Amino acid sequence: MKTTFPGGIHPPYNKELTASKAIVEMPLPKRVRLLLQQHIGAPCKPLVKKGDVVTVGQKIADSDAFVSAPIIASVGGEVAAVDAEGIEIVTDPEHSRFTGQAPKYDTPEDIRQIIREAGIVGMGGAAFPTHVKLSPPEGKEVHTLIINGAECEPYLSTDHRVMVEQGEELIEGIKILLRACGAQKAIIGIEKNKPDAIENLSRLCRDEENIRVEAVPVVYPQGGERQLIKSLTGREVPVGGLPLDLGIVVQNVATAVAVHQAVNLGRPLIDRVVTVSGRGVAEPANVRVRLGTPIRDLIEFCGGMRDDAVKVVNGGPMMGKAVASLDDPVTKGTSGILVLTEAEVRIYEERTCIRCARCVDACPMRLMPNYLALYSRKSMYNDAEQIHLFNCIECGCCSFVCPARIPIVHYIQKAKHEINSKRRKK
Amino acid sequence: MTEKLKVGPSPHILDSRSVSSIMWDVVIALIPVTAAAIIYFGLNAVFILLVSTLSAMIFESLVVHKSLKPKKVLGDGSAAVTGLLLGLILPPSAPLWMAVVGSGVAILLAKQAFGGIGNNIFNPALVGRAVLFMSWPVLMTRWHQPLALDNWFADLVSGATPLGAGSASLIDLVLGNVGGSLGETSVVAILLGGIYLLLKGHIDWRIPGGYIGTAAIIALLTNQFSLEAVAFHICAGGLLFGAVFMATDMVTSPTTKVGRLLFGIGCGLVTMYVRVFASAPEGVTYAILFMNALVPLIDRYTVPKTFGEVKK
Repeated sequence: MKTTFPGGIHPPYNKELTASKAIVEMPLPKRVRLLLQQHIGAPCKPLVKKGDVVTVGQKIADSDAFVSAPIIASVGGEVAAVDAEGIEIVTDPEHSRFTGQAPKYDTPEDIRQIIREAGIVGMGGAAFPTHVKLSPPEGKEVHTLIINGAECEPYLSTDHRVMVEQGEELIEGIKILLRACGAQKAIIGIEKNKPDAIENLSRLCRDEENIRVEAVPVVYPQGGERQLIKSLTGREVPVGGLPLDLGIVVQNVATAVAVHQAVNLGRPLIDRVVTVSGRGVAEPANVRVRLGTPIRDLIEFCGGMRDDAVKVVNGGPMMGKAVASLDDPVTKGTSGILVLTEAEVRIYEERTCIRCARCVDACPMRLMPNYLALYSRKSMYNDAEQIHLFNCIECGCCSFVCPARIPIVHYIQKAKHEINSKRRKK
Repeated sequence: MTEKLKVGPSPHILDSRSVSSIMWDVVIALIPVTAAAIIYFGLNAVFILLVSTLSAMIFESLVVHKSLKPKKVLGDGSAAVTGLLLGLILPPSAPLWMAVVGSGVAILLAKQAFGGIGNNIFNPALVGRAVLFMSWPVLMTRWHQPLALDNWFADLVSGATPLGAGSASLIDLVLGNVGGSLGETSVVAILLGGIYLLLKGHIDWRIPGGYIGTAAIIALLTNQFSLEAVAFHICAGGLLFGAVFMATDMVTSPTTKVGRLLFGIGCGLVTMYVRVFASAPEGVTYAILFMNALVPLIDRYTVPKTFGEVKK
């Protein structure tokens, strides 16, 4: 029997804006700004200074920390500025043609090293360094690799297009990932609303003994790591634990393609596919874009903003972050740039909770968002922790369904932040 | 290109359902019982329901907005729900001033004194009824026969309720052709409203299910397993109306799934305790008010096991 996770919601998906549009390549931007922290973990330290000339693919920032990933020049050219947050490069097309060589490798450790040096992180949005995820701690064995092609966030279609257009590369990437983590089998989980992706990958996997495709129900947040594991295996990742505790590693489809390109072609992570969508952009599209490209350039490439656009979101509408400045760059974790209109992001006044419990019913982590929000507002952090504040994945289902328009996730984030900063002080 | 971008916490899209859309849905769900009340009890019903609803809306608007502009009086619809519910649990012969006093108690004492919408512990309409019942017990227990449909403008004739008399034909009970509070008599009308609320997702089956199920089991056990007695207990009096429209009030019922079931069962137990062992013929009001008081406790002890929580 097909199981899925508890709770969840069915938001308007709006994927038809871009789902059938082939990936287009954006020309080189005039300049890029590469942030020193594009991943979860330690920020990088610059390896270049103002005035240096760098070539595409060159490592320009790195960190000694294990949980981190280096920053790679996505274009070649002169370094125009180095500051505390990022490195700016003025593009020189001469230095931006990539001529890499496939690296040699032997052991899983070699593969992890190549992946690290290529700057690869999880490209589904969370941006966790991929080589860390592929390194099971002593005594833990990985038996299953799950490839996350659920893409449950409304509007987004990057993973969808990658699965349709880059299926062969994806399968090659999965084979390398299997070797790197030592798993025997891989399952590609795809939401049922992407039949062409399911069909394409099923066809490509026909002769692969240890890779199979599974269609999963369309319900947000199906693409959440813990939710997808539950849907595909029926097992729940323990509170405070990791998928590794169940012998499972989850990687996003775009990440697997990046791994293929790094390991088989010697091409580090210098670009990614971004869905530019929303009713506020003239020509929604799936765009392959160099990392560090200003959001402004990307939106202009898609025909510019309409007059009624009011909000730009980096990521999906459920978990993405509102962009304060269009000069902000595309990062490794940017799966979408959404230009939303007044009608799409109606802003409401927050009202009192009427205890309708829709948030309790919608929570995919079986939490009580109503009480978490209440305790956060009253600074009752101990009570919040006791009802598992830190098991919240911040998917936004509770805020979405709340008829009183209480920004529940925001309150939960605030409580987590307060507790964490108090702990750091101690 | 515009540069005045709005920022705010995720998620950036929200469901269209709002507090007031829920409240007006409840008003829609009360249309069948309101219609039944008017059909069976005539102009008395029209006036009582109008006065109770309007006075509740006006009290709320005066306290919350200090204004009587039509838009403020309509408000979020929650006062309309409370006023209409209160009217529907008054006897058909209740004087209009009682409807005003009941609505005043419901809105001012039970709701606004506790902090307004979302903060009240007890169901406001039931508090209104309880206060009226304690203050004017004679007026609150003057029951009347429904009107004949071919003589709709006639005066009401007094008569006992099925629970008071101890019997009634099942067909009359289902249709509502019996004595009782304005909205509680017609099983069909109550079920129509309940089904609407269930389909809209505004009520959880666990509360009416637990309530009616428990009452049915106790009726079975205390009546030598007579199915007729079970049907009588469920269809007569205010049990069904209370289970569908009163116990399911979001503000005053638990927010956990298990809690909602326990709450429903508790309502059933107390109602049947009053009916079977106490001197009063009916116990729905006090059962639900009593269980309202236990809601914070129920929520606290029925927190679900979170995703991935290891059994201890």
